[in-house]
Amino acid sequence: MPDSANPLAPTEAVTTAPVVEMTDISITFPGVKALDGVDFRMFPGEVHSLMGENGAGKSTLIKALTGVYSIDSGEIRLGGESVVFINPAQAQAAGISTVYQEVNLLGNLTVAENVMLGREPRRLGGIDWRAMRRRAKDVLEGLHLHIDPNSLLNSHSLAVQQLVAIARAIDIQAKVLILDEPTSSLDTEEVAELFRVIRSLKERGVAILFVSHFLDQVYEISDRLTVLRNGQLVGEYLTPELLRIDLVQAMIGKELTALEDLGSRVHATEKDEEADAKTVTFLSAKGVTRKGSIAPIDIQVDAGEVVGLAGLLGSGRTELARLIGGVDRLDGGQLKVNGKVLKLRTPRQAIKHQIAYSSENRRAEGIVDDLSVRDNIILALQADRGWFRPIPRKRQDELAASYIEALNIKTPNADALVRNLSGGNQQKVLLARWLAVAPRLLILDEPTRGIDVGAKAEIQKLVYSLAENGLSVLFISAELEEVLRLSNRIVVLRDRRKVADLVNDGLSVDDLLAVIAEGAADSEIKTGAAS
Amino acid sequence: MTTIDAPQSRFAAVVSRTTDAFTSPKSGPVLVTGLLFIVMFVAGGVRYNGFFSATTILNLLVSYSYLLVLAIGMSFVIISGGIDLSVGAVLALSTIIAARGLQVGLPPVVVIVLILVSTSTLGLLVGLMINVFQIQPFIATLAAMFLARGLCYIIAKESIAITDPFFTSMAQPIILGPRLSITASVIIALVALVIAVWVLQYTRFGRTTYAIGGGEQSGTLMGLPIARTKVLVYVISGFCSGLAGLLYSFYTLSGYALTGVGGELDAISAVVIGGTLLTGGYGFVLGSALGVLVLGLIQTMITFEGTLSSWWTKIFIGALLLVFIVLQKVLTSRRA
Amino acid sequence: MKDIFFKVIGHRLFWPLVMLVVLIAINVINVPGFLSITVNAEGNLFGSLIDILRNGAPTLIIAVGMTLVIATRGIDLSVGSLCAIAGAMACSIILTSPDPNNVGTVAVAVLVALALALVLGLWNGMLVSVLGIQPIIATLILMTAGRGIAMLITEGQILTVQSTPFKFLGSGFIYGVPFATVVAAVVLALVALLTRRTALGMLIESVGINPEASRQAGVRARGLLFLVYGLCALLAAVAGIILTSNQTAADANNTGLFIELDAILAVVLGGTSLNGGRYSLTGTLVGALVIQTLITTVYTVGIPPIATMVFKAAVVVAVTLLQSPTTNAALERWRSRPKPTKTSSRPSEPVVAR
Repeated sequence: MPDSANPLAPTEAVTTAPVVEMTDISITFPGVKALDGVDFRMFPGEVHSLMGENGAGKSTLIKALTGVYSIDSGEIRLGGESVVFINPAQAQAAGISTVYQEVNLLGNLTVAENVMLGREPRRLGGIDWRAMRRRAKDVLEGLHLHIDPNSLLNSHSLAVQQLVAIARAIDIQAKVLILDEPTSSLDTEEVAELFRVIRSLKERGVAILFVSHFLDQVYEISDRLTVLRNGQLVGEYLTPELLRIDLVQAMIGKELTALEDLGSRVHATEKDEEADAKTVTFLSAKGVTRKGSIAPIDIQVDAGEVVGLAGLLGSGRTELARLIGGVDRLDGGQLKVNGKVLKLRTPRQAIKHQIAYSSENRRAEGIVDDLSVRDNIILALQADRGWFRPIPRKRQDELAASYIEALNIKTPNADALVRNLSGGNQQKVLLARWLAVAPRLLILDEPTRGIDVGAKAEIQKLVYSLAENGLSVLFISAELEEVLRLSNRIVVLRDRRKVADLVNDGLSVDDLLAVIAEGAADSEIKTGAAS
Repeated sequence: MTTIDAPQSRFAAVVSRTTDAFTSPKSGPVLVTGLLFIVMFVAGGVRYNGFFSATTILNLLVSYSYLLVLAIGMSFVIISGGIDLSVGAVLALSTIIAARGLQVGLPPVVVIVLILVSTSTLGLLVGLMINVFQIQPFIATLAAMFLARGLCYIIAKESIAITDPFFTSMAQPIILGPRLSITASVIIALVALVIAVWVLQYTRFGRTTYAIGGGEQSGTLMGLPIARTKVLVYVISGFCSGLAGLLYSFYTLSGYALTGVGGELDAISAVVIGGTLLTGGYGFVLGSALGVLVLGLIQTMITFEGTLSSWWTKIFIGALLLVFIVLQKVLTSRRA
Repeated sequence: MKDIFFKVIGHRLFWPLVMLVVLIAINVINVPGFLSITVNAEGNLFGSLIDILRNGAPTLIIAVGMTLVIATRGIDLSVGSLCAIAGAMACSIILTSPDPNNVGTVAVAVLVALALALVLGLWNGMLVSVLGIQPIIATLILMTAGRGIAMLITEGQILTVQSTPFKFLGSGFIYGVPFATVVAAVVLALVALLTRRTALGMLIESVGINPEASRQAGVRARGLLFLVYGLCALLAAVAGIILTSNQTAADANNTGLFIELDAILAVVLGGTSLNGGRYSLTGTLVGALVIQTLITTVYTVGIPPIATMVFKAAVVVAVTLLQSPTTNAALERWRSRPKPTKTSSRPSEPVVAR
């Protein structure tokens, strides 16, 4: 590790006083020490990135700073003075403004209100709507956002809503601006726009806390990095002085050999498959499309083949997967399985035809958190049989036990509620659910997102061995390396269209990036997907 | 060419604005309510003699001023995403307090203050239960309903007549013209309506009420005074129920434990027919006023019809509820 | 020791059971023979406990259906109106028949009433599952219109019925046990078997906990919703017939008035969350017993029966406050609080006067 790995190393020439100083912060939730004696500071006019894997304590630290959680011990100083915030309103009043990952605005109110609510201009004791609209329009135009301030917020896209949230934060005249994963729903141009805004705020002396999973963005925008791991401080670093590999190591805390190992194995076996020439097409889609979601696309998946879907967020990866998985309905085109035309109207029908779709949104569309591990594993199988033909209890136990063992699911027992498992283990429970219905095609949408690196490697290995056993897999991930490592073939999507269908014989991340970026020369392609 | 295009495009703009307004979850339902009211009023006028007149409207206001006030309080609660099942029982409680208080010789002013303070306090307790103890509004207001109804019986089992000169004077019609008269209650209800419109549209409290209905968590993270507003919404509903009870006792000049059974249903129906989304976040209190008038018109038309039995009222209201609920559903899912 | 203590009081049935025991204790103190059950000349059981079981039967029957509805994140406000409709239907058939005392007539009347309720329940299910309307709103429609429909059937009259077989349904005995109690017990057992011996219960909970995840797992929520609303309406009709038989009259306005509230209350007292998901039929049984015992207690203690509602309010407040997340969090804090000796061993901070 480099020298600067020492927390708060004295090598930095600090001239200005920090605007935020959090010292020895601890927060305990029932059963978990979410933050354990963490120090954190922010300087005016600096972008400070907060880094860490899931469960590192990033959001807890942010919520401690913004008054959502109260701290068990430690001190928060703002501008040199000790402060205690008991709610977000107080933090906001003190000049700390936050834009959360999921847009936390009010879709039922107008854009102007969402920018101004809490600080509305008043006239004659009431809200001055006209002045409010005018001011909101000014702020929005400062962000090059030309929308009617009197329109309802939920009539706009997510990206626009995100910019409205930032407009709100800017208008507060914050000393400290917290951007928690602000770029996850933005396209490249919108990210560039956002960074322009961040830079101008920096010049105004605002301290900005930036959280993003995209390493490129972090390196592009931030001056300083603080890395957390398992609720503890790993260190504070100056961005230019920290190598990426060191940053990743600091975040993960263990060597990456597990993944590298797998990588070589995959490439080795890939050669075997090339030798094996007889392929059977399992699924072929011709011109499948859905209005406002994805343009007509052809795609084919052979038996035992892993097809990767690559592309930026919003490129149509998930949309395509949902069409094939029967989650959304086709507006046009034709889907053939084993040569027979299928009309899928529900996921249930897809499952009947041995196509299983595992959603990217584990919490909202995947696990049933108040049911046991066992019930979650047998859910799809049981649903397929119908309620009147229950799976015998003994069979349930066998199924659960075998998957818990095979996938190395860490749970006290099969009766434990899924909500008490870690993200990676929840993901494995989901995989078990889909494997239990014995699919011929498994669609995995971001199966490794937000889970720890160990579980990630295990899931990758599993995908590989499943394919070896003849299962077709449609694999979606924002991490191009992962797609490259696992896929026999890669379909690249851009702007909801298919732009390439590549055989993966030694493709590199750069090759893939070039395809993704092709024809988009005017906009810089810099996303974390390439990290 | 622009001179020729202009009117056309202006017409097109008007058309598109109108369609927008009618298909917006915010304004669509209330516009439909407005149309419905006009259609019913005109249709009634064509069918029945003496229906299409200011008298009909004023009579509606006189008969339903109490329901208007109930619906105002209910609008606040429903816009905030809650529900108040206690309003009918609280209304009964306040008629009982009025009648009993006057019977034991309390001066009218004291009785009125006592009613408004005690019903607001009940609302405050409900609000605290919901906010501090995170109990569903359905259950908390159900408890308040039981409590209020029970207290009614404890205070007086039988109907008590009100003979107080102030109260009887409030029941007297105020003559506006030939066959045109209102009561003081109408004025009170209309004043309450104006205040409610102003509060919801022009105060931070009002906008925060909408914010709670739209997303409580978002509102909290935006630094809005969610907790205080949420409690206050139930205080307002309690206050309005008390005021409605007062108007009801002016109207009937009696207090009785069994008045207002199902009043909560009427109030909820009026609010929903008035275009407020039962899921919260959208709605206008003026719409609720229109909803009350529509309910009243149904009753009046059935009376005018003569041959229809009274239970048809309930069936009609149920059918109207269905229409509006489906309409809301269609409008919100289109936008989502 | 402390842990066991907290495990016990943390159980969702702890407070409702305490409430039940307290209520029974109050009764025993006031009425010394409260717990005694006697057999009368006809060999039927009599006693206050039997009364509780008999009078609480309609609420319990409805609450069982309501539990399943609530588990799917729903609610059914129309059960009271359905009681009235079923009672009205049965009575009007019996009244128009030439032989009201014929068992066949009564059977037909009951079956027609149940079928009508089932149709209306499926209507609720249609609104909720096909049109996707919020359950509280969807069932509000039938709650409002239902009394109108009942009046339509009775033509605004109170239909008084003189029919021995019909009277048996509400106040008869079978092997000494009140028939209504037997019906309630059978309903509870059948529904428990139906949901826990098949996968129905698990799928209902799954839909209640996470509808979208369930859909993607291939669970047909639509069918389940039709089923639970249909079942709930059917059970409401059973309760309605028992109530009507008890009163020997169908009263469109008052049969089953507020019974939806009692039923929902029983479910909530029993620890099933109104937010859907995991449900407990045992809990619902306890909840229904608490409500009925409370009503009985008000009688035995000599409080005017009309004040029952105040006590219901008190019970609702007490139990919901004790079960509330806030109270649990406070308990949790108290539980994990460091021991006093530890606190005192901390170095005391100097008190700085300002």
